[in-house]
Amino acid sequence: MLTRKEVEEIAFLARLHLDDDELEKMQGELGAMLEHFGVIAGVDTTDIPPMTHAVPLELPMRLDVVMPSLTTEEALTGTPRRDGDLIVVPAIIVGTES
Amino acid sequence: MSSSPEFWTVTDTVKRVASGEISAVRAVNTLISRITNLDRELGAYLSTDETGALRDAAEVDRRRKENIPLGPLAGVPIALKDNLVTRGIPTTAGSKILQGWVPPFDATVVEKLRAAGAVILGKANLDEFGMGSSTERSAYKKTRNPWDTSRVPGGSSGGSAAAVAAGLAAASLGTDTGGSIRQPAAFCGVVGLKPTYGRVSRWGVIAFASSLDQVGPLTRTVKDAALVLQVIAGHDLRDSTSLDAPVPAFADAATGDVKGMKIGLPKEYFEGAIDADIRAALDRTIAALKDKGALFDDVSLPHTKLALPAYYLVAPAEASSNLARYDGIRYGKRAEGTDLLDVYRKSRGAGFGPEVKRRIMLGTYALRSGYYEAYYKKAQQIRALIKRDFDEVFAKVDVVLTPTTPTVAFRFNAKATPLDMYLGDIFTLACNLAGLPGMSVPCGISSDGLPIGAQLLGKPLDEVTVIRAGSAIEAAVGLGERRPAGIGGI
Repeated sequence: MLTRKEVEEIAFLARLHLDDDELEKMQGELGAMLEHFGVIAGVDTTDIPPMTHAVPLELPMRLDVVMPSLTTEEALTGTPRRDGDLIVVPAIIVGTES
Repeated sequence: MSSSPEFWTVTDTVKRVASGEISAVRAVNTLISRITNLDRELGAYLSTDETGALRDAAEVDRRRKENIPLGPLAGVPIALKDNLVTRGIPTTAGSKILQGWVPPFDATVVEKLRAAGAVILGKANLDEFGMGSSTERSAYKKTRNPWDTSRVPGGSSGGSAAAVAAGLAAASLGTDTGGSIRQPAAFCGVVGLKPTYGRVSRWGVIAFASSLDQVGPLTRTVKDAALVLQVIAGHDLRDSTSLDAPVPAFADAATGDVKGMKIGLPKEYFEGAIDADIRAALDRTIAALKDKGALFDDVSLPHTKLALPAYYLVAPAEASSNLARYDGIRYGKRAEGTDLLDVYRKSRGAGFGPEVKRRIMLGTYALRSGYYEAYYKKAQQIRALIKRDFDEVFAKVDVVLTPTTPTVAFRFNAKATPLDMYLGDIFTLACNLAGLPGMSVPCGISSDGLPIGAQLLGKPLDEVTVIRAGSAIEAAVGLGERRPAGIGGI
């Protein structure tokens, strides 16, 4: 069973603000899922390599050549706050001006 | 064949537009009026692009008049699941976090459809970021099942399936991470084809779980699905996981010929709780295929039961990583905050819906230091065992036949908990984990008047055999001219 503190920690790692109701619901729902998924612990997977991808694939390489891509203006069309070609964000180090 | 375009097949539409029997503009206009009349009730579309559709249709007509060769889908009106990025057309992935986003580029599949002459009508509703099995998890609206509007269309490509079933598009594209093309296809009585992983480019497809996601067609016939797959398949330099494999003439495989084909019936897919009507429809399907000369073999996929926990650990883990990009900084909605971390947390807290939050949380848990080995790595090892099961079965048979779903379309709010919803996906998940091609084909109608789907799973890159078997099922036990009677005017 997950504790409330664990749920808060996961939410922090996931950069997800959850209010009190959400945290409480999440605790119950995630707990039930993890309990259900607990069945995998009993499966013998000795010497079974983890399958990370759906098909066997060598690391694909491509030529180091310039290809057509978005212009700066196109790339910034969806930006919530900008200043010219720059994206505006709040201060990263607290105590400095943004 | 009807004289009005709403239920024409892709092949019919292409033929009639090319011969000049109908202009592409008229064909497209007919569907636009139908959407205007019916979609308020059905809710298949999140947005439509009438201006763009009529412009593209006029271009098809101009080319025809000037004897410029037409593409293989010239004049075919198509709906796109709204997690496929479209230049100049809003793309939301069914999420508030992308509300109002107008992408500056087209996904590769969209580029390919446009180049083939297809006309994009609009964007279809979905569960937020593809996470759901009923389209109830869309942040925007409810999509109804055209066969019975008190029921869900399935999901996550529920809008794509409902649009095609109700004659509001000739074909659509969906995406399938754990059944999101095949399950809504089964619930809405249409054909849904999930290609082999890597067969179709994922460039410009809003990522859910990158090692599982594939784009594929939803159509009213197997041949139509093959025609659309033909256009969207192929290697793409912009998606390094797309496979550099030859693309066969898929539509030529829709012959209905299954003589000598070895079909496996995996016992694990038939022994659990399945609706009696679905079991009976599968029995009739098997008998009909036997009559056509197919050879059946009982097979076993012993790790089937573990597909659900493995999937619901691997997919959320990948999702938690993929969805990290929605932080309110470069695009999407931003919430105000005191510092950068606060902006991230509040933007994501306000922008994501409950199901997406659950999966991000579950995925973050499974990837967390100290838990990774027990959950994520273990799930990947089980994934390897599931793949191994299929490798062994495909040494003996050409294709595997199962029900697509354990039940027919359920009613709104029927699933009490998130876990209850996940449990309905048991038959479709293994296909994605193993990277196989899969198809759902209508194979009958339940006593409640709801469609039933048969699922075919093939060897990697062997969509041809899946299409051949699917066309045989369609010819023998398909729905024929039967149309949904759930919404007004059909």
